[in-house]
Amino acid sequence: MWDYSDKVKDYFFNPKNAGLLADANAVGEVGAIACGDALKLMLKVDPQSDVITEARFQTFGCGSAIASSSALTEIVIGKTLDEALALTNQDIADFLGGLPPEKMHCSVMGYEALQAAVAHYRGETWEDDHEEGALVCKCFGVDEGMIERAVRVNKLTTPEQVTFYTKAGGGCLTCFEAIEEVLARVNADMAAEGVIAASAAYRVGSIDPRSLKGKPRGSTPAKPSAPVSVPLSVTAPRQSPLASLVPPPANPAPLTAVQRIKLIDRAIEELRPFLQQDGGDCELVDVEGNTISVRLSGACVGCQMASVTISGVQQRLMEKLGMPLRVVPVK
Amino acid sequence: MTPVYFDNNATTKVDARVLEAMLPYFTEQFGNASSLHAFGSEVGAAIRGARRELQALLGAEHDHEIVFTSGGTESDNAAILSALEASPRRRELITSAVEHPAVLSLCAWLEKNRGIKVHVIPVDAKGRLDMDAYEAALSERVALVSIMWANNETGTLFPVARLAEMAKAHGILFHTDAVQAVGKVPIDLKSTAIDMLSLSGHKLHAPKGIGALYVRRGTRFRPQIKGGQQERGRRAGTENTPGIVALGAAARLAGAHMAEENGRVRDLRDRLEKGLLQRIPSCFVTGDVENRLPNTANVAFEFVEGEGILLLLNRAGIAASSGSACTSGSLEPSHVLRAMSIPYTAAHGAIRFSLSRDNTSAEVERVIEVMPSIIEKLRALSPFWDGSGGEARFNPVYA
Repeated sequence: MWDYSDKVKDYFFNPKNAGLLADANAVGEVGAIACGDALKLMLKVDPQSDVITEARFQTFGCGSAIASSSALTEIVIGKTLDEALALTNQDIADFLGGLPPEKMHCSVMGYEALQAAVAHYRGETWEDDHEEGALVCKCFGVDEGMIERAVRVNKLTTPEQVTFYTKAGGGCLTCFEAIEEVLARVNADMAAEGVIAASAAYRVGSIDPRSLKGKPRGSTPAKPSAPVSVPLSVTAPRQSPLASLVPPPANPAPLTAVQRIKLIDRAIEELRPFLQQDGGDCELVDVEGNTISVRLSGACVGCQMASVTISGVQQRLMEKLGMPLRVVPVK
Repeated sequence: MTPVYFDNNATTKVDARVLEAMLPYFTEQFGNASSLHAFGSEVGAAIRGARRELQALLGAEHDHEIVFTSGGTESDNAAILSALEASPRRRELITSAVEHPAVLSLCAWLEKNRGIKVHVIPVDAKGRLDMDAYEAALSERVALVSIMWANNETGTLFPVARLAEMAKAHGILFHTDAVQAVGKVPIDLKSTAIDMLSLSGHKLHAPKGIGALYVRRGTRFRPQIKGGQQERGRRAGTENTPGIVALGAAARLAGAHMAEENGRVRDLRDRLEKGLLQRIPSCFVTGDVENRLPNTANVAFEFVEGEGILLLLNRAGIAASSGSACTSGSLEPSHVLRAMSIPYTAAHGAIRFSLSRDNTSAEVERVIEVMPSIIEKLRALSPFWDGSGGEARFNPVYA
């Protein structure tokens, strides 16, 4: 069973502020029974002072979901709406003396419900966010906006952390690449803002999604405030003949477009002899933003290992340029 | 307050008589059965004795059809890998959607890494195999069928004797993971066409780390662990003598308690189910109620989540288990309940109570007494519960 803190256990066994709040004027409902947890947060806000005078909750979910919901009500009572909006899911987790990493999504659910309740009070529609951003994970109904907020607030830098905090990718994993893209994009922005180190920013393609399914889950709490950088042994595709070529990361100095293309071209030229050894070849076709199109030819065409080759090329280029890139094959 | 252990499908307590039987094989009888001296030959006799106990429990024709292994997972792996190796031209497998991960994970791995085609036969809402899909999948391209004797979560029994006959008609080997069935239901292998059967010691009051694979005489077999002539060359490595002796003793006791298992234990299970269904609204039994293990009750409580139930049960000194997502570290409810299309409103709140001959009626009464207030407490917290048994109106965003 989970290694819950005493405070989590206490808030689960003896939840405070559980039940309906009849005259609530701010209500936030998030989650779904299919996803395994859902929360209805009910607040009473004093219209004069904007202070939350009462808070109650109803939660369907595991022990930590119930404890997180109850903790949230305790935290917000007495706060103004603006103060409440400044809270993050980390405040809920801290209040409870920490949550197991796999359970951080319970605190995120509390945060989302609070945002929804305040939006309701102010007459705004708390976007289901499906309009603001596309639905990323269909299994758990997680959209881009929610992933973005969780990544920013908690300084997440791996897809696995995104799953722990939002559940996105916890089911069929077909959304893995979409999660990667959101994570890499937000991380790149965060790195540019100096919120996280550039070396910690996630790069698309650096984790094999197959390594996530059925992977033993650690019980030590993740420390998202000190982002973990992905070790090379994980990023380098194991079967790739290119894996041993990966040099230490280059210094990420800003490059002009021409410099970048030159660098990419040179990196590909360096790789070609290794592909030619196996009767294949590769040429640069186009560079558009962070997407690099290449054409595989010779024995690479129709080879089952082509995707491994592509990810090897991608890895090599990312190391060379020191920035997240995506390599796509074109016909 | 003595704890109540209702999680015997996870593992069982070692029977005191089993422990007593095995202990001398750590100390006085420590010999290696392969040795020629007296130390070795005494141990060899003990291993033969254990083999005969298992032969009797399984109704096997010959004692040498029993191969000792480290447990159920090794036996499952050995059977599947051996069958593929022995029939290199047959590149397909048949299994069910509700198998234990010991089988399903291996099949997924073989599909991905060895290009083996795997037919995963679905089940209906009661967990019964789709016989049409099974029949359609049988062909001379299939090396092995691996279908469990009884499901670990719901206790549903599969018609393995009939399935084996159907496979045999196509020259397909038939393996069954009988880890949950052995010792709970009568088995007579010599009257069936089953070629291989896996069992595990710790599910029948023997210790962990010992199990067996039954391999019918004449079955093509390729050892997966090589390095010695033990077990007639089918499983190399010096025998785990204390474990083997323990498994033999446990098999003898299981045979002796078979009537009790299907009498007193079944009555306890039925009493538990009846008590829970009577006292708690909106709950139901999952699985094939008419045709399942005598010790297993899987009850789905609607509109609540399993982890909360287990935490509250644990505080009351009661051990059970759940197919819920939250307890396993996965985010989705058990593959078994999903394969049965149990609605999400109930699948998250499914609790498995699995009994054994160690349990008493006083324990059953205690669970019946404690459970209603636990469910009531959690339902009072649930936004999906409207207080009368229906689903409350609740329309959250991003649902």
